[in-house]
Amino acid sequence: MTRAALLVLADGRFPAGGHAHSGGAEAAVKAGRITDAASLEEFCRGRLHTAGLVSAALAAAAALGLDPVELDEAAEARTPSPALRTAARRLGRQMMRAARATWPHPELDALARLFPKGAHQPVVLGVAARAAGLGPADAAYCSAYESVSGAATATVRLLSLDPFDATGVLARLAPELDRVALAAADAARRAVDEGVDALPARSAPLLEIGAEAHAAWAVRLFAS
Amino acid sequence: MHLDHSLSSSHSHHGPSAISADAHRPDGSRRALRIGLGGPVGSGKTATVAALCHALRDELSLAVVTNDIYTREDAEFLLREAVLPPERIAAVETGACPHTAIRDDISANLEAVEDLEDEVGPLDLILVESGGDNLTATFSKGLVDAQIFVIDVAGGDDIPRKGGPGVTTADLLVVNKTDLAPYVGSDLGRMAADAKAQRAELPVVFQSLRGDKGVAAVADWVRGQLAAWRAR
Ligand SMILES: Nc1nc2c(ncn2[C@@H]2O[C@H](COP(=O)(O)OP(=O)(O)O)[C@@H](O)[C@H]2O)c(=O)[nH]1
Ligand SMILES: [Mg+2]
Repeated sequence: MTRAALLVLADGRFPAGGHAHSGGAEAAVKAGRITDAASLEEFCRGRLHTAGLVSAALAAAAALGLDPVELDEAAEARTPSPALRTAARRLGRQMMRAARATWPHPELDALARLFPKGAHQPVVLGVAARAAGLGPADAAYCSAYESVSGAATATVRLLSLDPFDATGVLARLAPELDRVALAAADAARRAVDEGVDALPARSAPLLEIGAEAHAAWAVRLFAS
Repeated sequence: MHLDHSLSSSHSHHGPSAISADAHRPDGSRRALRIGLGGPVGSGKTATVAALCHALRDELSLAVVTNDIYTREDAEFLLREAVLPPERIAAVETGACPHTAIRDDISANLEAVEDLEDEVGPLDLILVESGGDNLTATFSKGLVDAQIFVIDVAGGDDIPRKGGPGVTTADLLVVNKTDLAPYVGSDLGRMAADAKAQRAELPVVFQSLRGDKGVAAVADWVRGQLAAWRAR
């Protein structure tokens, strides 16, 4: 295993489609819930402890080798919004393509065959981490970080927010990100014995509702 | 641990889907030729795509992917003009960065072209229109086999002289809206000389979609690309 593989996988420029998604930030900006760096931080904090924790635990469980079909069902059950389900599968498919090209592995090929139109992104991310020789905590870190970094980058574009302020938000969230990633990895290890129900199931209703509204807009900059 | 699960037990005759520029589809058949159209907003990319569809749809099986910046307008224009049946037109959302979707992270566009081939194929040709932003935006070789860069005379006759990756390296440079040259004071001779200096032997077409010949020269170039692709 190489630690540096984590940097490759977590890089915002990893070509897996994330650039076209705002993690709910576009809807929150329009609704007036994100207006500056302080409100971006609150938004990201909420996301981290809900959708971020759930996706990090799914990714860690997939990295541990739990059945991705069961994990995909668990992800579906934890994602009420049809728009977010669609986005998660689309991003999963894009992650799959990038991961197969980057770390060729029979488990990735098998997952691509099972889900030709895409499994939930955190599940694919976890199997990709496995293919890259990374462990469950690495996968959890990657997923938890992604859950906030995408929204921060999108807000820079949406509000012309000072990019240094947006990066400062991510840096201030780092200690919480540590805790979320480690909690997610713990839950994943419990799920090995207890099954996928041991994975966290927190939700953020405003993210779900915002995603549904956003999907119906005629004019938008981001796909979700 | 549940290691003996679906990943180790799945079997299939075909491999999983292709990754990027592979010339063959998972079932072994040859995929469609993919041609990208890039260039500044308003230069006439969508109009050129529409005209190419009119010119080629009776001889070729065609599809189009559009990359709008923040709406579905290009796809909707093509639908309204009925240049192709709706199932042959797909729109990709680019997240405020149209050049990223055609160059740095091409996965959404690759999915669109592959889905079109799966759903309405077999196809001979897929045109991929960029959302259009600046003069440096070019298509990745992982996405398209050849690219057309469309500029227009109204954007200023110094664009060929300024060069940039699109003008300099595109497989075909189209200088569109020549009908407007007299009104905007663009010197076509100078544009041609500057383009030649930037591009050496690479072809340049001056076109007016309002004129009699319309898109004919570009359509011929596309036919040539397709013949070369089939011979490869
Ligand atoms: N006069 C003139 N107008 C053109 C020509 N080609 C396109 N247009 C017009 O230019 C405008 C922008 O064209 P469009 O294809 O949407 O540009 P795109 O942003 O590059 O896709 C439209 O109003 C077209 O009708 C041309 O050859 N001559
Ligand atoms: Mg257009």
